Amino acid sequence: MTPFSYRRPASSMDASALAALKGHKLLGGGTNLVDLMRKGVEHPTTLVDVTALSSEIIEMEGGGLLIGAAARNSAVAAHPLVRAHYPMLSRAILAGASAQIRNMATVAGNLLQRTRCAYFNDPAASRCNKRQPGSGCDALEGFNRYHAILGGSPGCIATHPSDMCVALMALDAQIHLAGSAGTRIVPLADFYRLPGDSPHLETTMEIGELITAVEIPASAMGQRSAYRKVRDRASYAFALVSVAAGVSMQDGTIEDIRLAFGGIAPRPWRALQAEAALRGGPATPEAMAAAMDAELAVARPAAGNAFKVELLKRTTAAVLLELTGDRS
Amino acid sequence: MAIRINGNEVAIPDDPRVSLADLLREQLHLTGTKIGCNQGACGACTVLIDGERVLSCLTLAVQADGRAVTTIEGLSSEGSPHPLQSAFIEHDGFQCGYCTPGQICAAAAMLRGVADGMPSYVTADLGERAILSPEEVRERMSGNLCRCGAHNGIVEAILQVAKEDVA
Repeated sequence: MTPFSYRRPASSMDASALAALKGHKLLGGGTNLVDLMRKGVEHPTTLVDVTALSSEIIEMEGGGLLIGAAARNSAVAAHPLVRAHYPMLSRAILAGASAQIRNMATVAGNLLQRTRCAYFNDPAASRCNKRQPGSGCDALEGFNRYHAILGGSPGCIATHPSDMCVALMALDAQIHLAGSAGTRIVPLADFYRLPGDSPHLETTMEIGELITAVEIPASAMGQRSAYRKVRDRASYAFALVSVAAGVSMQDGTIEDIRLAFGGIAPRPWRALQAEAALRGGPATPEAMAAAMDAELAVARPAAGNAFKVELLKRTTAAVLLELTGDRS
Repeated sequence: MAIRINGNEVAIPDDPRVSLADLLREQLHLTGTKIGCNQGACGACTVLIDGERVLSCLTLAVQADGRAVTTIEGLSSEGSPHPLQSAFIEHDGFQCGYCTPGQICAAAAMLRGVADGMPSYVTADLGERAILSPEEVRERMSGNLCRCGAHNGIVEAILQVAKEDVA
């Protein structure tokens, strides 16, 4: 590991000022960053530990939750209001990583973990445009079972591995940011960039900005919601595909719906086309198949992951049928 | 700046690169904590910080400042084994033993988590307190790998201790 110094700022503004300096990186639980430093992928000169800043989980007026950036993943998953009002978020967090990692990882760190793949993680022997812009991508013709089928580019097909963020995407979460120019709130839908020809840039955060909180609006869809993750082993593995879904039903039709996918794109994928196709219609397997065909019309799988297209269609249908079925 | 490790105050190392796992093993010679992968994949380095299980290989020692760390050496008391240690012996919860300290630290915190109402991915109803089944134990212990394949004995040992705790 390259030598670095360690700072523990007392406020978000102090953290922001430090984060703006060259070579400085924000440190949460360290479950991704420390690992990448040891692998020689990241080389910060200074770590700015922000875990002592806000970790509160507060119920907002009119419903909704404000989750402090440093709240631990396990604390969010176990919170009674999250379990009662946003079960898909609890379930998504609990589907991610291991209990040890969830105890360490913060909410902001989960959002800002690197979009990555095995070639990104291997500076000794693999080319990666994300790690070294312009160097090429060994995943395109390599072992790409775990890579993206939507949103990738000729420069990068790595996936964002978070489960939590898939649920947050379906729940219309808002990201609270603080920087030298003040504070602002960005919808999670506008928070991540697609790789295009600059895969090393992953978010729309400005230099010196940090996440202070994640806001989840009150949602009728939160309550009747689910998260299902399909992976190569039963637990503690990244998703092949995952589905976060919330619905509200009226007289047998889908009144409203939220749908987001993980494991298939460089960012948590909100399925707006499938939602639009299903909203106001019947909750039938045929309607679900048509909606997913619309969403996945632009899917561009690699040689090793074409199966994800069908797997995602079937997983989504299974989740939606369970959520919309007779609950009496 | 200090960490309380098994009840003793320990100074934070000057170099922030020192992981908690390296501090425990190399400087304090608490070699019960094992380093398997050193990249957060195997769970062998699991210790407790303020009672919660974490990976000591991905924890910078400086991040444990002011907190209480418990290692496998701190779990047993007065030379007598922790109930989980006895149960692992009884149920053959290991072969080579390398993952065992991490397994036992993880299991101790896991049982406390269940008692506190912590749900898991396989808990059917998030509104209810989970009942510890073999499936629940496997899910909750999935962060600790055993390459000898002693998982059946590990699950049995943990379930026995859970049963005795309730009794």
